Amino acid sequence: MSNLWIHPSLIFIVGGLLLTVVPQAMRKVWLILVPTIAFGLILKMSLNLGTFGVVHVAGFELTFGRVDRLSQVFGYIMGLMAIIGTLYGLHVRRSAEHIAAWTYVAGSIGALYAGDFITLFLFWEVMAIASTFLIWFRGRDQSVATGYRYLLVHMAGGVALLAGIMLTYRATGSLAFNPLDVANPTAGTWLITIGFLLNAAVPPLHAWLPDAYGEATFNGSVFMCAFTTKTAVYALLRGVPGFQILIPLGVIMALYGVVYAVLENDSRRLLAYHVISQVGYMVAGVGLANLDTPFGRLAFNGVCAHAFAHILYKGLLFMGCGTVLHQTGESKFTELGGLYKKMPLTFILTLIGGLSISAFPLFSGFVSKSMIVQAGFDSHMLWVGFLLMLASAGTFLHTGLKVPYFIFFGKNNCKPQTWEKAKDPVWNMTVAMSIAAFLCIFIGSYTPYLYSKLPLQDVVYQPYNTGHVMETLQILLFTALGFFLMLKKLTPEAKISLDLDIIWRKGGPAFLWLAKKPIQAVDNFVGEIYNAGGLIPLMRTSRLVGIFDSAVIDGIVDGFASGFRNFGARLRGAQRGAIQDNLTVAFAAAAVLLLAFIFIF
Amino acid sequence: MNLVRFIDFLRDRLSLVIKACIGVLALLVIADIARVVLSHGHEAAEATGEHAEAAHGFWAHLYHVAETIPVFWSVFGFIACVLIVFISKWYGHLKVGRTEIMAKEDFYNE
Repeated sequence: MSNLWIHPSLIFIVGGLLLTVVPQAMRKVWLILVPTIAFGLILKMSLNLGTFGVVHVAGFELTFGRVDRLSQVFGYIMGLMAIIGTLYGLHVRRSAEHIAAWTYVAGSIGALYAGDFITLFLFWEVMAIASTFLIWFRGRDQSVATGYRYLLVHMAGGVALLAGIMLTYRATGSLAFNPLDVANPTAGTWLITIGFLLNAAVPPLHAWLPDAYGEATFNGSVFMCAFTTKTAVYALLRGVPGFQILIPLGVIMALYGVVYAVLENDSRRLLAYHVISQVGYMVAGVGLANLDTPFGRLAFNGVCAHAFAHILYKGLLFMGCGTVLHQTGESKFTELGGLYKKMPLTFILTLIGGLSISAFPLFSGFVSKSMIVQAGFDSHMLWVGFLLMLASAGTFLHTGLKVPYFIFFGKNNCKPQTWEKAKDPVWNMTVAMSIAAFLCIFIGSYTPYLYSKLPLQDVVYQPYNTGHVMETLQILLFTALGFFLMLKKLTPEAKISLDLDIIWRKGGPAFLWLAKKPIQAVDNFVGEIYNAGGLIPLMRTSRLVGIFDSAVIDGIVDGFASGFRNFGARLRGAQRGAIQDNLTVAFAAAAVLLLAFIFIF
Repeated sequence: MNLVRFIDFLRDRLSLVIKACIGVLALLVIADIARVVLSHGHEAAEATGEHAEAAHGFWAHLYHVAETIPVFWSVFGFIACVLIVFISKWYGHLKVGRTEIMAKEDFYNE
């Protein structure tokens, strides 16, 4: 049976490779066909749940296809989003962009169906590397540096994940990707969770997200906003449901994104901060998802539902702002305004995304977000419910009001050439946005479509009751009142908001100094001891250290790092400064420290 | 395009649109008062009773208010909006070294 099973990721990878040889006339057909076949395959997998694609490699059992209701609900929406995202960028000529996007999707879907930690880790890294290209392809000077920052941060997260996997394997002897014991977390559990949390962009491990999503290509961000964080949410839900520390972290996230969204001037960076805010609901939901309690089961379903709805409306919003960027070359509020006259369709579709994320009744956020908030109230941790409600007001304030208002209405800041270029986009972009917009309304209006896909079918939840509708309408409409009363104060300023990425953007030189001076001093000191002492056991240690040094450090870390550096050198063309060199050194040093930490453990 | 004409039509009658919006807010408030007053006797009291036992302090009190006082969520929404804007702006003007959190756009390329 298992040899008949075809992995959907394989379709994306093979389809991507074949794209280079598909004749020009067939190209657009092929671009639609490949994700559609993969989606069909995912649909078909629902008929036959179970474990497939088990492979034995070097004594390890790798499971490529664990198909159950949890992986299916995520697989369904990611397959669907791959079609919408590809359709949106259908007119992009460079094949490499499509291949990168599909490889990225393949990594994400591969991680969803992974039944063991090794497979998960492999696809996890595929995801990180493939998505980096979506930033590099923007082709601006700063794209190269942003891409490297993104990649290095994710490599560091990958190292934490791998370290956690090693420790867990050593402790339990099992590599199966099943819920870890969150009541008694070990160092392994913590490290795995940290690896997941980095991809979910939980503060203080979040600053890569706005940096990257604001810089990626107009359609690259559409893919990125859907896959990385939601795969991480899936991994958290699979690996550490009910891990209580995630509740405060998620609530902080939900509010943190809101604060930065007030300050933000770039529309896509604002949306990126709102990804953080929305994923905060999901992370808090994972923390609540203790399956032994009724509220935990509601939260478990709520996380799946919210991830499902989120992928569509956030994709729609990134498509809307991506369209403005694609057409006019501008994404900053201080360079836009009044565009409803030129891009009315884009305005309406973006607005639908904004209303969905704000959880207006009849839109998708209403039926998904409320499950998590309700679980918060039911858990008797009332502060969770109230603070998430507070964040909801912020969501509408920014994504529902600020984004549409300052792009399509407000003061017209457009330069003449921006205004000249602004018009509704080519058909494929409009169709892609329309499909997403339709689904946002469909999910919100016809709840069985989403609810029948949720993993725990015994959980009953009814979002449409008078109390809930009235509550929501009051919060949202009075937030709108506040928005219009404080419009002057909310006018975006042409500034950037410093976030924790300052640590590695400004801290590079400081780190190098640190690496040079004290480490050199220690090195000299140790050298002195070797020379002066000459004790036999010490010599033996040093010989071992030497072997370790040449074999492990030089071989793996330096090889890995220099591989990337050489690749980057070829890619970048003309590159100012020595940022890659600095970063590579910093990365290699960080990797050595981490490895040393694990060996000592 | 029709959509543009429709939006312009509304913009030309802005004061009327604003009045209509205020009317909607007023209706919402009235509807909520009616809802809470009608259900006050049974449903709300039971719900708060259950939660009040489990939690004390600020949040439990807030929850009790939310369940019993009409238009609570209107006030909550408005205050939330004002709080978010003011706290964020305050945060944005905090000093970090020689700059504020909201820094010049060329901060990273000096």
